Amino acid sequence: MTTLMKRMGLAALVAGAAAMASPASAADTIKIGSSLAITGPASFLGDPEAKTLELYVKKINEAGGVNGKQLELVVYDDGANANKARTFATRLVEDDGIVAMIGGSSTGATMAMIPVFEDAGIPFISLAGAVVIVDPVKPFVFKTPHTDKMACEKIFEDMKAKGIAKVGMISGTGGFGKSMHGQCLGVAGNYGIEIVADETYGPKDSDMTPQLTNIKSAPGLQAVVNPGFGQGPAIVTRNFKQLGFDVPLYQSHGVASKSFIELAGDAAEGVRLPASALLVAEKLPDSDPQKAVVTGYKAAYEEATGQPVSTFGGHAYDGLMMLVEAMQRAGSEDPQAIRDELEKTSGFMGTAGVVNMSPSDHLGLDLTAFRMLEIRDGDWVLAD
Amino acid sequence: MPDFLQFCVSGLTVGAVYALVALGFTIIYNASDVVNFAQGEFVMIGGMTTVFITAAGVPLHFAIPAAILAAMVIGLLLHRLAIEPARGASAVTLIIITIGASIFLRGGAQIVFDKQFHSLPAFSGDTPVMIGGAAVLPQSFWVLGGAAVIVALLWFFFNRTLLGKAVLATAANRLAARLVGINTSFVVGFSFVLSAAIGAIAGILVAPITLTSYDIGALLALKGFAAAMLGGMGNPLGAIVGGLAVGLLEALGAGYISSTYKDAIAFIVILAVLFVLPGGFFGRASTERV
Repeated sequence: MTTLMKRMGLAALVAGAAAMASPASAADTIKIGSSLAITGPASFLGDPEAKTLELYVKKINEAGGVNGKQLELVVYDDGANANKARTFATRLVEDDGIVAMIGGSSTGATMAMIPVFEDAGIPFISLAGAVVIVDPVKPFVFKTPHTDKMACEKIFEDMKAKGIAKVGMISGTGGFGKSMHGQCLGVAGNYGIEIVADETYGPKDSDMTPQLTNIKSAPGLQAVVNPGFGQGPAIVTRNFKQLGFDVPLYQSHGVASKSFIELAGDAAEGVRLPASALLVAEKLPDSDPQKAVVTGYKAAYEEATGQPVSTFGGHAYDGLMMLVEAMQRAGSEDPQAIRDELEKTSGFMGTAGVVNMSPSDHLGLDLTAFRMLEIRDGDWVLAD
Repeated sequence: MPDFLQFCVSGLTVGAVYALVALGFTIIYNASDVVNFAQGEFVMIGGMTTVFITAAGVPLHFAIPAAILAAMVIGLLLHRLAIEPARGASAVTLIIITIGASIFLRGGAQIVFDKQFHSLPAFSGDTPVMIGGAAVLPQSFWVLGGAAVIVALLWFFFNRTLLGKAVLATAANRLAARLVGINTSFVVGFSFVLSAAIGAIAGILVAPITLTSYDIGALLALKGFAAAMLGGMGNPLGAIVGGLAVGLLEALGAGYISSTYKDAIAFIVILAVLFVLPGGFFGRASTERV
């Protein structure tokens, strides 16, 4: 981060001199495109992402831009609609002439846009969750958020350390819960975890006591995992307490927001979940290498928008900063050169964790990106 | 056995809410032949208004009557502004108007309230009561007790008061009711207000258990409608039995068969019952009112 600051400072001097010599013209700007779900059902993703991009592009430009040029951000609102996203992707490539792309809030929108950027040879950093975006690896496609598979692995790792082997699962049938449920079943064996009960609930279900009753009577149950998102996990958590389970409850990163604690109330006490360090920015020890990045982003975002920080905006921050560093290393705005440098990203400290890209890994995060949190006294604390 | 009891408690609690929604359907249907698909929205308005009034610092025991009153005013407006002006139209047209009204109310709620889920504090704590190995939330007793009180009051109202008998007379034969001097327009409007109040009470009682948000109404209207059909459209007793049956079917289906097909199981059983008994449990098969 400090090297980035130095570079940006240097760039600022150069750019300042250049700006005094001649007013910036269109040729002096670097166009970055974005298509996000700013409105619609996934607006909780797209809204903080768009605000983050706008905030930091402004900051970078005030500090002199990149390689002596100002950044120009072109943002479209696809409302998480894959058809619209595809249209905007084509427009960004053909009409706007962008050199790099950040965005795609949802997996659906991202998958629809991938062919456009692969064909045009323009680097595309997705902000969506699913592992299919970078597996198999596509030359021009990168992503910043952790995957649901990593969340499962983090949970099972924590269980293994506690000697838990028999686990009950209660999963939402929405896209998020379904995908994570599949990933968890896939990796459970690697940690010696046996799934002794496997129940589901619909996205609008308002009572999960029947499912939890079945899980409770599963022989040898040692813990329960609830992959899901929205109000479902809050009801599961309340029902879990109602039925008086004496085993720990693990939630997913899908509930990593304050509203979950509010909805679940006292029942949330003791719930464990994997989540981004951003949620506990102030509580990280000073020795934590990620602390400066997450507290810096949190302060900047909350000051500029007046809203609490979310991990989703953090993904946009990571994407933009990685892109800026790649452009600085490349010393040019050639899409191919940016792509090559993005792939060489190593030791980049973002809000999601340390990123080490390689030709075979366009995500670059490992399990240290997730922190195991526990809810105590209505707030998140680091579990270990 | 404790499992079975747990499923039953869960089913009866949710079923009591379905029953109250079905009762709302029944009252309006009897008075006007209209199936009011905005019935679920009354449940939402009851819960959401209480949440937002209490959030403003008003104690719960003032917020609840205020929320019920708000729902009653909206019920009256729905009748005066949407149903009454189209009174010459066929029942199907009026039903479509209520679907439009429900979409409008849901859209309005997004703006007046917000799009988040909310919860109310339970009326008498969150500590479950153990009954035969089943953990029952105190709030479940409120829901079941509240539903029982409403049913008793309605029975008294329809059988022992002049206004209640006027509603029954309008339901039986509107022209004859008008000939004996009953203001049928007032009676229909009154049935909307009454249904709105019942819906709102259901929404308030259940909010601490199931949470509430601007869009819970659509699913509740669907389940309540299914319950009313199962019990026999137009029969108050049928609405109660149908509601509890749908709730129990869902819980037992999720518990014993598969939670993945929870909703499907309930609807399959309803279809099967309607094949055998087209009028529902308590419906009048011969005197079909169209």
